Amino acid sequence: MTTLRVDLEVIADLVENNSRILDLGCGDGLLLDYLIRNKGARGFGVEITHNGVHTCISRGLPVYQGDIDQGLSDYQDDAFDYVILSQTLQATRKPQFVIQEMLRVGKRIIISFPNFAYWRVRFGLLLTGRMPRTRVLPHRWYNTPNIHMCSIRDFQDMCASMNIKIIRQLPLASSGGVPSDLLHRQLIDRIPWATANLLAPLAIFLLERE
Amino acid sequence: MNNMETSSSHSVGLVETQQVTLFDEGDPMPLDCGRSLGPVQVAFETYGTLNENGSNVILLCHALSGNAHAAGRHHPDDKKSGWWDNYIGPGKPFDTDYFFVISSNNLGGCDGTTGPSSINPESGRPFGLDFPMITIGDMARLQKALLAHLGIQKVLAVAGGSMGGMIALQWALDYPDDLAGCIVIASTPRLTAQNIAFNAVARQAIMVDPHFKGGDYYESNHPINGLAVARMMAHITYLSEQALDIKFGRRMQNPDATQADGFDQDFAVESYLRYQGSSFVTKFDANTYLYITKAMDQFDPFPDPETTAKRLEPVNCRLMVMSFDTDWRFDTSRSKELVKILNMHNKTVSFEEFTSQHGHDAFLLKSPDYQQSLSSFLVRLYQDFVHGPAQAMAQGVSDQ
Repeated sequence: MTTLRVDLEVIADLVENNSRILDLGCGDGLLLDYLIRNKGARGFGVEITHNGVHTCISRGLPVYQGDIDQGLSDYQDDAFDYVILSQTLQATRKPQFVIQEMLRVGKRIIISFPNFAYWRVRFGLLLTGRMPRTRVLPHRWYNTPNIHMCSIRDFQDMCASMNIKIIRQLPLASSGGVPSDLLHRQLIDRIPWATANLLAPLAIFLLERE
Repeated sequence: MNNMETSSSHSVGLVETQQVTLFDEGDPMPLDCGRSLGPVQVAFETYGTLNENGSNVILLCHALSGNAHAAGRHHPDDKKSGWWDNYIGPGKPFDTDYFFVISSNNLGGCDGTTGPSSINPESGRPFGLDFPMITIGDMARLQKALLAHLGIQKVLAVAGGSMGGMIALQWALDYPDDLAGCIVIASTPRLTAQNIAFNAVARQAIMVDPHFKGGDYYESNHPINGLAVARMMAHITYLSEQALDIKFGRRMQNPDATQADGFDQDFAVESYLRYQGSSFVTKFDANTYLYITKAMDQFDPFPDPETTAKRLEPVNCRLMVMSFDTDWRFDTSRSKELVKILNMHNKTVSFEEFTSQHGHDAFLLKSPDYQQSLSSFLVRLYQDFVHGPAQAMAQGVSDQ
């Protein structure tokens, strides 16, 4: 059985069995592979890089090379049970447009993103006076693909302004509030909402149209 | 094509075109137009070895001007190897260490398979325009008959570029239980008005040639001037503007020529096109050009939503659609249109566009990303249907 990155595992848990899915920015296809083989999902991924597309093809996964910033005009309304966007929203040029398109073609959408109000990010800027870099956000300011960073609160505000219904919101962090290594599955825990915006390096939202 | 770069260790080596006669007057081949043909000659080549349970077959479909000779050389001193030699052979995507690759000349062709230049058994003379109108579906039907003759009921994959991609798609629609994978490259689910217009002008060039004589030219001069013009024009559409500009720019064929030399002073691109035209007419039949381009024009498997749904309902193979960014004969939007149709009907399809400066012809040329994805798709099919647990492919192989 495939071992998933923790955030992908949490996303997989949100997807009901035998759903029709669209995985935007599917990368090497690990989540897609898991959903198809373990949860009976049908559907495909969208990926912009050749390496991602090629890896998906190697795994026998259906993948479409495309730029999600161009929209999803190839797909009909409600064509999918779930449209998934994992750690990619912050790299899109038009996040709101992408989310609107996801809500149009999907009955439900799942979005995960790095939380810019995470304490290490805050302290990074406060103490060093330089753009913060973390495990989730390792790039330098001049070569980062992440051009639309937001905090969990920002994201909640946007959902309210766009009349998007939040079905579930899952801040992710390691146990004890010290997120030493997200990749270590056994450390994962979910933290209380009151402190989520400070303690969670990553958040996952399950959304639908109001 | 960089055939000279191909090292012998990656070539299928010397090959021979084989001939077989299928059907006969008593049991002719039915055609979509309602008429029938029989007997039908087919020229084909094979590369690699058929495995024990016959599960490693790949059928290649050639484009408008191709033939059965897809890989290797007929003679050691051949200047050129087969049309898809870049991709067929040990260590190449259509890896002959693993796959049994079959390539045949299309119905209506002029290189060993029955076409308008073949002898009409009723008259004892070449068919000419008495040859029945044929379709892409008829071409696939003849390939199916060839495979049946070879004792092969199911194939691992059918692959083709340009018109070959249309034939591959036709296979997925007409014989949905008999293939595991379908590879459609630089192709389209239907020709646009512009595509048809190019074909129409090509046909017109042939038909206005004084030697055309209603297609009944086999015993006298052939309409080579018309055919050459048709080819020259088509050839422009196979290359990108960028590729032509890099290759020729505004260079003159004879740098010493001056404007005073009038129409004898050639730009290099003119000379190149003239060469393309004049070499094409030595190996291609004008009537075949008419019939095949017409078959392409008519190809339209998804004319309306009802037909589309009905045709796609039984399709269950994996499809791979590939395009090239500088291809303007069948540009990427044509491939995306196909993928959109397939996705709307929940088919298992992948799509990738590749960067190339070579336009439509890119599918024949070496390109690392394209080669890698094509290879990965085929390797995965092999793992899942030949080497893997699935024995389904073997069930259809007859005992003969």
